[in-house]
Amino acid sequence: MVAAAMISARPKTAKRLRWAANANAWLLLLPALVLLATFTHYPILATLYHSFFSLGRSGPATFVGIENYQAMLEDDVFWQVLRNNLVFALATVPASIALALLMAVWVDRKITGRSFLRLAFFTPTVLPMIAVANIWLFFYTPDYGLLDQILRFFGFSGHNWLGDPGTVMTCLIVMVVWKEAGFFMIFYLAALQTIPPELKEAASVEGAGRWYFFRRVTLPLLMPTTLFISINALINSFKLVDQLVIMTKGGPNNASSLLLYYIYEVAFNFWDTTYAATLTVTLIAILAVIAITKFVYLDRRIHYQ
Amino acid sequence: MKFYTKALLAAGMITAAGWGSGTAHAVDLTMYYPVAVGGPLTNVVDDMVQRFQKENPDIKVQAVYAGNYTDTMTKAMTAMKGGQPPQLSVLFSTDLFTLMDENAIVPIDDLVGADGKGWLDSFYPAFMENGRIGEKTWSIPFQRSTIVLYYNKDAFKEAGLDPEKPPATWAEMAEMSKKLVKKDASGNVTRWGVEIPSTGYGYWMLQALAIENDQRLMNETGNKVSFNEKKTVEALQYWVDLSRKDQVMPTGAIEWGTLRTDFLEGKTAMMWHTTGNLTAVKDAAKFNFGVAMLPAKERRGSPTGGGNFYVFKSATPEQQKAAVTFIRWMTSPERAAEWSIKSGYVAVTPKAYETEAMKTYVQGFPQAVVARDQLQYAVPELSVHENGRIYKIVNDAVQAAVTGAQTPQDALESAQKQSERVLNRYR
Repeated sequence: MVAAAMISARPKTAKRLRWAANANAWLLLLPALVLLATFTHYPILATLYHSFFSLGRSGPATFVGIENYQAMLEDDVFWQVLRNNLVFALATVPASIALALLMAVWVDRKITGRSFLRLAFFTPTVLPMIAVANIWLFFYTPDYGLLDQILRFFGFSGHNWLGDPGTVMTCLIVMVVWKEAGFFMIFYLAALQTIPPELKEAASVEGAGRWYFFRRVTLPLLMPTTLFISINALINSFKLVDQLVIMTKGGPNNASSLLLYYIYEVAFNFWDTTYAATLTVTLIAILAVIAITKFVYLDRRIHYQ
Repeated sequence: MKFYTKALLAAGMITAAGWGSGTAHAVDLTMYYPVAVGGPLTNVVDDMVQRFQKENPDIKVQAVYAGNYTDTMTKAMTAMKGGQPPQLSVLFSTDLFTLMDENAIVPIDDLVGADGKGWLDSFYPAFMENGRIGEKTWSIPFQRSTIVLYYNKDAFKEAGLDPEKPPATWAEMAEMSKKLVKKDASGNVTRWGVEIPSTGYGYWMLQALAIENDQRLMNETGNKVSFNEKKTVEALQYWVDLSRKDQVMPTGAIEWGTLRTDFLEGKTAMMWHTTGNLTAVKDAAKFNFGVAMLPAKERRGSPTGGGNFYVFKSATPEQQKAAVTFIRWMTSPERAAEWSIKSGYVAVTPKAYETEAMKTYVQGFPQAVVARDQLQYAVPELSVHENGRIYKIVNDAVQAAVTGAQTPQDALESAQKQSERVLNRYR
């Protein structure tokens, strides 16, 4: 932009200036570029490359075309973890956003103990996932876990929460929502505080009710934040798997396994690195589609202040 | 600029360190080892390593605790692929084929001296089976186990059973379990009859049941499995029936890691678990408990289990020799006895049971030799090519069956099909 302005102003020295400005810009970009290229772009390309080769455990790796991808399409476990991941995303994203909004609106008002409440809501975010998983593992332990003790107190029978394929996913979803919502609340809180108070005054002069104001003014103004959060939550649902290592190892019978955890298993328990590369490429493709949808499509439909 | 200088400095330091270790007198060894049972076993290992170093000042051993068996294998393999492998490790005895396929380890026979053959023959043959392929010995037994039945004698008395007569057959175990189940006023179970863990090592428990039903799960060359044989299916059916038909075991997956607590809290009157947990149970039990061999269907039996020492190929000849010196020290009768007493694992040589320490211990605590006595019926643990993958397939099948998602027949048919696809390459 600066360079462009200069070019129109002084056409004579334009070329030299452009070069200087460009070099300057490139130099400023260089550190980030080097880091990204080494630790992000190169690994992605290498992964893509390896996904087209055989494992070569005994003998050299040979080019096999899309054979690894065909094997993936025939892999029942792959389809199951993909399905699990979809369920996991569809459940955690809306739930954590709704909860975050609710908490933010609550602690945005002037109430006693506001700082304490904010702190309490934010605490789960600060804890490492590994610690959280260990705490919740105790909640869900059959018979003497917290949940079963409470149920028993009210005369219900206990349940093997994490050992039952029917309940294990719900258990993990509840925990992740609890862990994530506090983090998203902070964004909503910040956004709520940027909404000018005049709007509220104007609305009350016009006689708009609180719910109406929230629905027609607050929510639309929060949309950029909602979009940001939902993309983050969606991406998180694909890359957050620490809890599985502690709580279920993806079991029973893959009922709680997610795509990234399956990749880890294939790579570091089965040592099938080329198939792991194939699965990784698939995961990257999914995440890329999400990112592109945000930047190209959704951004245009959102009202920015 | 700064980054570049730093990188250069680091490179220089690494090179210097390389020279340093080359010229120093002491041989440095790094060893990864796992702990899969309860109790402060890392302290025991550290203490033994300290004593070894005192007796052998020219060898330095850095013993690194690396998690459970799978974690340790992951760490060792990752380190190897990253070019920094350990010189020796304690890994699953069953990881042998995988380590051979990855070209990671060397046979031990070539490293032992003139008296080596006698030493190799001093171990229990049942424990050597997992480490010998063809003429070569690839690993040395260290923390080895069999599965045993732990039972709560007080609960037996309370249920009107003879506390000195643990179940000897499958039928007896189911019958006794029914008597041992306790319910509260509202009909909720407060004590189960028996629990067999189905997470983590589900394949191991299935193998125990299959052996008792007189069915082996794999061939010696490690490229064929028999999961869908009629007798294997019967074995899994019995397991599932304990929870679904007899209702003496909780439904759903039973967690390996918390099962010991279940037993110690009196939530179950019997459990199947590794003998490696014996000392942890002994130290924490507030009731009288007994240890028995697993009950029989057609025969007694249990797979062996646990970890062996491996020496890595990438180590220098000097390091490999030092590693064997260390392994010989760790498995000598006195140390094997000490390790067995402090953990509960079976001491790996018969001579260890002739030491004074062991004799005194066994006199006061006869439960300690049950796992050893079971060795005569033991069969090598499931060990095939691509073991990690096969274990996962079997574990999934076991979990599908115990959670009721599939019948034992369907689950094992599917496991067989998947395994065939994996093992085809190795025929």
